[in-house]
Amino acid sequence: MPGTLVLATTKDGRLTRNTLELLAGARRLKEKLAEPVAAAILGTEVGSYVPLLFAHGADQVYRAEHPLLEGYQGDAYTLALHQICERAQPTVVLLPGDVMGRELGPRLAYRLQATFVAEFIDFDLDQASGQLQFTRQAYGGKAVAVVQLRVNPVVATAKLRTLEPATQEEGRTGEEIRVDVVLEVSHLKTRLIEKVQEEATGVNLGDAKIVVSGGRGVHGPEGFRVLEELAQVLRGAVGASRAATDAGWVPPSWQIGQTGRNVSPELYLAFGISGATQHVAGISGSKHIVAVNTDPEAPIFKVAQLGIVGDWKLIATKLIERCKELTQV
Amino acid sequence: MNIVVCIKQIIDPEVPMSQFKIDPRTKRQVQGNNPLVISPYDANALEVAIQLKEKQGAKVTAISVGGATTIAALKSAMSMGADEAILVNEPLLAGSDQQGIAYALAKAIQKAGACDLILTGCESGDWADRAVPGFLAEELGIGYVGYVTRIKVRDGQVVVRRVVEDGYELIEAETPFLAAISSDETNTARYAKLRDIMAAAKKMIPVWKAADLGLDLERIGASAARVAITDVYIPVKESRCEMIEGNTPEEKAAKLAARLRDLKLI
Repeated sequence: MPGTLVLATTKDGRLTRNTLELLAGARRLKEKLAEPVAAAILGTEVGSYVPLLFAHGADQVYRAEHPLLEGYQGDAYTLALHQICERAQPTVVLLPGDVMGRELGPRLAYRLQATFVAEFIDFDLDQASGQLQFTRQAYGGKAVAVVQLRVNPVVATAKLRTLEPATQEEGRTGEEIRVDVVLEVSHLKTRLIEKVQEEATGVNLGDAKIVVSGGRGVHGPEGFRVLEELAQVLRGAVGASRAATDAGWVPPSWQIGQTGRNVSPELYLAFGISGATQHVAGISGSKHIVAVNTDPEAPIFKVAQLGIVGDWKLIATKLIERCKELTQV
Repeated sequence: MNIVVCIKQIIDPEVPMSQFKIDPRTKRQVQGNNPLVISPYDANALEVAIQLKEKQGAKVTAISVGGATTIAALKSAMSMGADEAILVNEPLLAGSDQQGIAYALAKAIQKAGACDLILTGCESGDWADRAVPGFLAEELGIGYVGYVTRIKVRDGQVVVRRVVEDGYELIEAETPFLAAISSDETNTARYAKLRDIMAAAKKMIPVWKAADLGLDLERIGASAARVAITDVYIPVKESRCEMIEGNTPEEKAAKLAARLRDLKLI
């Protein structure tokens, strides 16, 4: 049945926020295209997520369970999703713009002979042609582009933390379709041998309500210990600009921006970050941006709502003290 | 070991907003006085390849699809340490989408001979579709992962370190293998030495056309593109930053904390 198919992912027994964002997008597409919303859920035992997907807007759920689908592996996911698409025949496939979706998208599009659209921030039907068109950033966030489909179907990755997550409707139900995917170890061209976690405060950057972030102006790894302490006090996560991750002061997985994570916290605190467009592209969903920088001309002040010109370390250290006092009350 | 690095030449993405213009007719960035460079993550990919060559010996070939100006990017790759370079310069490729470019690259890689490792940047500095590596891996039918920062190769086995959202993974695969390279402190692109720049200037770079690669013309060019770019514009940003003033950093920090408290953010 034509429609929109969303790839659902889970973490710690819940649907990820990425999934809820995609479902919100799919529900908007349903209004425009008058086609149903389907979700694909892959894993070993995923039955418990099916009602949650219905409640968040899925009309159909394609459930594929296989031992080789425990955790993301590119070849297995591409094969399984391709088999689901052959069954579901979607017009639009929505994937999250994360490490997984960015890898899967082109591979799936290739196998489906589909169009691929990267990191859309919005979409609409072109009034003249009735064709679906996507809005996305270009040139490192300096420009916005509108791309119109010439070929269906389309596989698109959504820029994360752009769409508001779908809300739950109690009692909403749908059709569950089990797909027996054909998948063998010989299909898998890569093997995971080790996974290392690097989150500083135990708070996931993508879900954090407060993000404390540092850039070139932090001048070294020691500076990030101060920012980690501030993040601890605020129960937030720590991030960094590319300048800081490329310098090796903090791990690459902390990078926020076009290449790294998209964040949309209530509060984004930028210390010693000049504000290159590639970085700003990753924080544009933030509700409040506060910038501290010694350079009053730094571009970060053009996107911040609150700014301080001054030495980041003195400000951050004092802020830790004040926040401790305030939060102890 | 043979390593192919696919590179793209773009207008320097670091140019400030004041120097950034879009041509309303072509819907593309106007070059103006801005220099052309190797797309930043492609330069990281070159660095990874050249370090592998230095550590265990390899032949590194840089391949690019582009116009005549792209020769400069390929010479730059050779001055960094690439042994050979190939330019695919075919007017019929103009307007191709990522699938068309990946197809041309795959054909060029196959024509260049057997290779063990193919590296690309994880995203281009202009459009950042991140699509070419995936399409290329599919086209060649080989293993692939993205966001790789480090690579070890031994006896036909590759171990790559790849960045994921909450840390990193070590992934093992057989060659031939494709990795899209992201950056970390180990793979910042080196500056070429003057002597190597002069040596690269003298080297010949073969230029291949569609006919040399036996390209199916139905798969390339604007007519094969699956999307039409209908508009590109510079968004108007309206944001007013309230500067917090004070005589000392302590005073500024205290005022900030109070403001954040008022906004119920802390």
